Amino acid sequence: MPPAAPRSGDAIFASVERVNAELFTLTYGAIVRQLLTDLEEVEEVNKQLDQMGYNIGIRLIDEFLAKSNVSRCVDFKETAEMIAKVGFKMFLGVTASVMNWDADGTCCSIVLEDNPLVDFVELPDTCQGLYYCNILSGVIRGALEMVSGNEDGSHLDS
Amino acid sequence: MDTNDSLRVASLWHSMHAISQQLSPTTGCSGIELLEADTFDLHCFQSLTGTKFFVVCEPGTQHMEALLKVVYELYTDYVLKNPFYEMEMPIRCELFDINLTQAVQKDRVALLGR
Repeated sequence: MPPAAPRSGDAIFASVERVNAELFTLTYGAIVRQLLTDLEEVEEVNKQLDQMGYNIGIRLIDEFLAKSNVSRCVDFKETAEMIAKVGFKMFLGVTASVMNWDADGTCCSIVLEDNPLVDFVELPDTCQGLYYCNILSGVIRGALEMVSGNEDGSHLDS
Repeated sequence: MDTNDSLRVASLWHSMHAISQQLSPTTGCSGIELLEADTFDLHCFQSLTGTKFFVVCEPGTQHMEALLKVVYELYTDYVLKNPFYEMEMPIRCELFDINLTQAVQKDRVALLGR
């Protein structure tokens, strides 16, 4: 039987059940607020968000692979494109762009124009240094670790 | 087949799969996909994360790859999305078992036409 062709992020996003975006934004906001109350240190909250994201990522990767039918990426550039175009589209409904590649192609930025996590959010001065979307970098770190094992995490600037 | 037997078969298969990958004379081999014996066939599917799904069936059964794909999707839904399931542990998720039985049953009906 010939292998199934990879599906686009749009097609998969359209085929799964979706939830109200505002509920999602509110839920995430509640999590971050609660973490700030419990842990008080902004660095601790960043670490916790990253860890939560990691736990999500290690499970999410199999769903991504099952639904999208992609084959193994040949290099990191392809991996980054896959995450930005298919991954983010499939799970958040938004497309990200990959930019700021460094000289040896080992480091890049994934930029989200429209991030559902941060709708209506304004960081106060007391939370300087908080990586509000750090859960996303944890998710990517966890997911990549399951398929290759040696990625270095980084933070996302909101 | 009880839990201990399942674990025994699974760990045996995991080792054989890994050894076959090393021994294979062809480059880029990702392990055993089909084992044909006198009394059974064993089809195996390996995801890019290294998780292997295998099904033991009557010799000559068709479309087992499609069934394995369905099982993979059931795994990503009912097992991985269960927050109380610990990774790498034996799967004790009732919803997964129910849906798995249904999928196998549907497959059997489709193949046998009854």
